[in-house]
Amino acid sequence: MSGFRSAVITFPGSNCDRDMADALEKVSGTAPHRVWHGDAQLPEGLDFIALPGGFSYGDYLRSGAMAARSPIMRAVVEAAGRGVPVLGVCNGFQVLTEAGLLPGALMRNAGIRFVCREVALTVENSQSLFTAGYARGQRIVIPVAHHDGNYFADEATLDRLEGEGRVAFRYAEPVNGSARDIAGVLNEAGNVLGMMPHPERMIEAAHGGTDGRALFESAVKGLVGA
Amino acid sequence: MKVRVTISLKNGVLDPQGRAIHHAIEGLGHHGVKDVRAGKVIELEVDETVSDEALDDMARQLLANTVIENYRIERVPA
Repeated sequence: MSGFRSAVITFPGSNCDRDMADALEKVSGTAPHRVWHGDAQLPEGLDFIALPGGFSYGDYLRSGAMAARSPIMRAVVEAAGRGVPVLGVCNGFQVLTEAGLLPGALMRNAGIRFVCREVALTVENSQSLFTAGYARGQRIVIPVAHHDGNYFADEATLDRLEGEGRVAFRYAEPVNGSARDIAGVLNEAGNVLGMMPHPERMIEAAHGGTDGRALFESAVKGLVGA
Repeated sequence: MKVRVTISLKNGVLDPQGRAIHHAIEGLGHHGVKDVRAGKVIELEVDETVSDEALDDMARQLLANTVIENYRIERVPA
């Protein structure tokens, strides 16, 4: 499975970029390009772009707000528009909503507290590039670690997301007050996924579980073949 | 001149921080507070030539997230 050309974007304050790069390398066999937020361009011919977790720009103004306006995001938005798959995890999800690539917003957890633990998720859509390795309705366990993971969108948007099968993952237990327990959403074209849980932290037995691995395997298999 | 941008959560958007502040106020023994909503104020020092349209762009494109927030722009007299 060589030749998988991926990139991990690092913003000032990202702290899961190394884990994300490690997961992509372990699953695809090829180390991703590491791209800095101030870069104006992405490497050519990318198969996959990942926006990692962390606290970009110290969460100034709103989580993900500053990162979404950084130079590299113009290139990421343009690539997403061409159909290049983009995965945003945790802060990466916040950046994707702030950049307008995904609908809704991620607000302060309903319980005020930072939530850092393993949570059960239900796979709602197993047809996407990112989730084809799971079965619909499958229950998986993935860790979360966030303060602003409370997904909000107006009712019409939520209905549309549900109707179009764009809810990728739902929390199977109370976590942060998210509307309709939404843990991850897809864009209309299906090539952008944002999720609060961290699949890159569950890819090998030493992590305590491997439920996140199928996400990366699905993407690699879907993009460059098994 | 000074421009003040006041950002508040839209009606219907749950405000956990406001709720926690409300509880803390009650914990201090104050009564009669019916609701608390937390927002933010951003003050800009701008040239007189900066147009209302430009200020509105700044608020819409960055200062507020219009999915969840409203904003109000005021030019503050010196």
